[in-house]
Amino acid sequence: MEATRKPLSPQHNLKIIEVEIDTIPERCKGCGICVELCPKDVLDYDPKLNMHGAHPPRVAKKDDCVGCGLCEEVCGDLAIFLRRKGEQK
Amino acid sequence: MMARDVLTGTHFTQGDFACAEGAIAAGCRFFAGYPITPATEVAERMARRLPEVGGVYLQMEDEIGSVAAIIGASYGGVKSMTATSGPGFSLMQENIGLAVMTEAPIVIVDVMRGGPSTGQPTKTGQQDLMQARWGSHGDYEIIAFAPSSVQESFDLTVQAFNLSEKYRVPVFVMLDEVVGHMRERLVIPPPDQLEIINRKKPAVQPEQYNPFQPEKDLVPPMAVFGEGYRFYATGLTHDETGHPQTDSAEEQTKLVKRLCDKIRVNRDSIVQVKRLLLDDAEVCVVAYGSVARSAVAAVNRARERGVKAGFLGLTTIWPFPDKEIEAIADQVDRIVVAEMNYGQIVREVERRFDYRKITFVPKLGEDPHTPDELLSSIMGYRK
Amino acid sequence: MTQEMHPLEKFTRKGMIPHIWCAGCGDGVILSEFLRALDELKMDLNKVAVVSGIGCIGRISGYVKLDGFHTTHGRAIAFAVGLKASRPDLKVVVISGDGDLFSIGGNHFIHAARRNIDITVICSNNFNYGMTGGQAGPTTILEGRTTTSPYGNIEHPFNLVHLAAGSGAVYVARWTTAHVRRIRESIKKTLTKKGFTFIEVISPCPEQYGRRNRMGEIMDQFNWLREKSVVQHFSDPLKAEVALDRIVVGEFVDLDKPEYTDLLRRQMMTVQGTLDKDGRLTNAPL
Repeated sequence: MEATRKPLSPQHNLKIIEVEIDTIPERCKGCGICVELCPKDVLDYDPKLNMHGAHPPRVAKKDDCVGCGLCEEVCGDLAIFLRRKGEQK
Repeated sequence: MMARDVLTGTHFTQGDFACAEGAIAAGCRFFAGYPITPATEVAERMARRLPEVGGVYLQMEDEIGSVAAIIGASYGGVKSMTATSGPGFSLMQENIGLAVMTEAPIVIVDVMRGGPSTGQPTKTGQQDLMQARWGSHGDYEIIAFAPSSVQESFDLTVQAFNLSEKYRVPVFVMLDEVVGHMRERLVIPPPDQLEIINRKKPAVQPEQYNPFQPEKDLVPPMAVFGEGYRFYATGLTHDETGHPQTDSAEEQTKLVKRLCDKIRVNRDSIVQVKRLLLDDAEVCVVAYGSVARSAVAAVNRARERGVKAGFLGLTTIWPFPDKEIEAIADQVDRIVVAEMNYGQIVREVERRFDYRKITFVPKLGEDPHTPDELLSSIMGYRK
Repeated sequence: MTQEMHPLEKFTRKGMIPHIWCAGCGDGVILSEFLRALDELKMDLNKVAVVSGIGCIGRISGYVKLDGFHTTHGRAIAFAVGLKASRPDLKVVVISGDGDLFSIGGNHFIHAARRNIDITVICSNNFNYGMTGGQAGPTTILEGRTTTSPYGNIEHPFNLVHLAAGSGAVYVARWTTAHVRRIRESIKKTLTKKGFTFIEVISPCPEQYGRRNRMGEIMDQFNWLREKSVVQHFSDPLKAEVALDRIVVGEFVDLDKPEYTDLLRRQMMTVQGTLDKDGRLTNAPL
């Protein structure tokens, strides 16, 4: 895959993989990008403050997640990631 | 067919070439430098010889990059060196500090010329000695040699590599331009007669390796990039794992002291001097580099005239041969210090010997002191 | 909620995460995408070395579990050149900042590019010197406010894409930290392409530059990157501007020409004809 975009088409055999969102709250510095960027508004802010004085993300609407992975991709703190459902923790 | 790396035999060549051949004989396979009078010949010789023996000559864009590059090669496991003169030496100082801090074995040849600044590029000088010791910021120790002949240029360059590997420290070979460009007989021994020292390698597996954990000799074994150790070195103050410790006073104290002590506690095996007729000497001439040649002749002439003169030649400038000066301090009435600058090593002598009994003979520009010039200083003290 | 390992933690040094970078800093994204690129390429991690200079992004060599070196200011490329020339078997990556690479380190950049030596240079460009408190640098936009340009920057910034292309780089790309997947693909390209490759990553600096130039909250600065960037692959590097209202991103140069360590090897073979299969110097004593 190159840096130039290739459009999707029906012949691509796409499968939606069931995922779960894991967070590491104490690592989050509270930039808020994952919460704001999520296309399905799955995340909101945990009212509790972590050790950085930030509100880490919290999964609010678990069933709306489509596993796009943007939250994991934009996080610069390694504080949120996706795990396949049923996968060993 | 690979050319010989050790050119065993008798040669008639200049000091700069002898340094280059000494480096290759010691196992140097990487040179990064920038042309500068009077050290250019070292680079030119390395450019021709290194590809023959499977080494790399890289002409960097400046002297600052040259030292960074040789530290890179050193961390890649390849013995490396550069050669320069005063102005380039000044540029190198920051990264010399980096080599000290990351304990990278490197050798730097400084073929000294008249300074300060651009000075007299084609004329000799001995004006960089203090800079070799104190040029970079912070507290540290280094080793510096001052060859007096073409033969010594070869021998001391081999030793410079050995000591840099043994102590993981930058070692300087301080030729003056006269030694660098004069042509003399050079005898290169067969390879099996050359003592070569290589850096200690880690005895543990990568998971247990701490890159800056010293052994009893205060020197940590050095892993090499690309062999699975995946370790990290930084110019920041660091602990034994190599990670930055920019807040701890304890780590700063520990590290700075160790970097200095690893040379200080071993000084007896590092320091070398040349002694001539010192047993009953009443006046001693202290000199190094090309001046040492005249000093020896002057001392002999003085003896012919009935003066009990002796000679102490400083082969190692740093660590300074302080104990060797102290050893003769009670015995001699006067020390004559002759150097081609306006007062550098004489200050070290003054710290160990009554300054009122020191005759300082500076000379700037063109040629080293002649034997007769030194002879008159030796004879002069008696008045 | 879990206290389990993030998938990228297998590449980071124990105890070094959380890193020192601020909330919303682009450096964290660069770290993550670099690690993902290594993961996807399945590279031999014993043969990758990361060299960084002084600056916030310079800390990266301490975070990744690879052979790493943190040099003096501006000298990362010079170190990398020495390392690569003596060890052509290693993949050497320089990750450093705009000031480190293009102010004090500018000379080393243009010469390494000129030589076309096989190293990858990734620049985190956040328009100022963040680590020291937000001073102006060679990429600060005209009129930008920093602690050393309190009345507005009156110096034109470098066009890094143009500079790299003009110096001879064989691959030049610019992305922003909003283009996460593109960064990763470009990094994969540079890790597998022979020659001097360069990626400029525009990063927000919310604490210093962003705050002083009233660029809004972290999300506003992220959106600025997204909304104002326009992809113009292989357009003229001279016109690849970075301005408040337009950030031209994409791949700009992707060509091939003889690489330095290859030329070196060929010359050595001409002189004496012996090199091992890794291109490693024989007779290297260690």
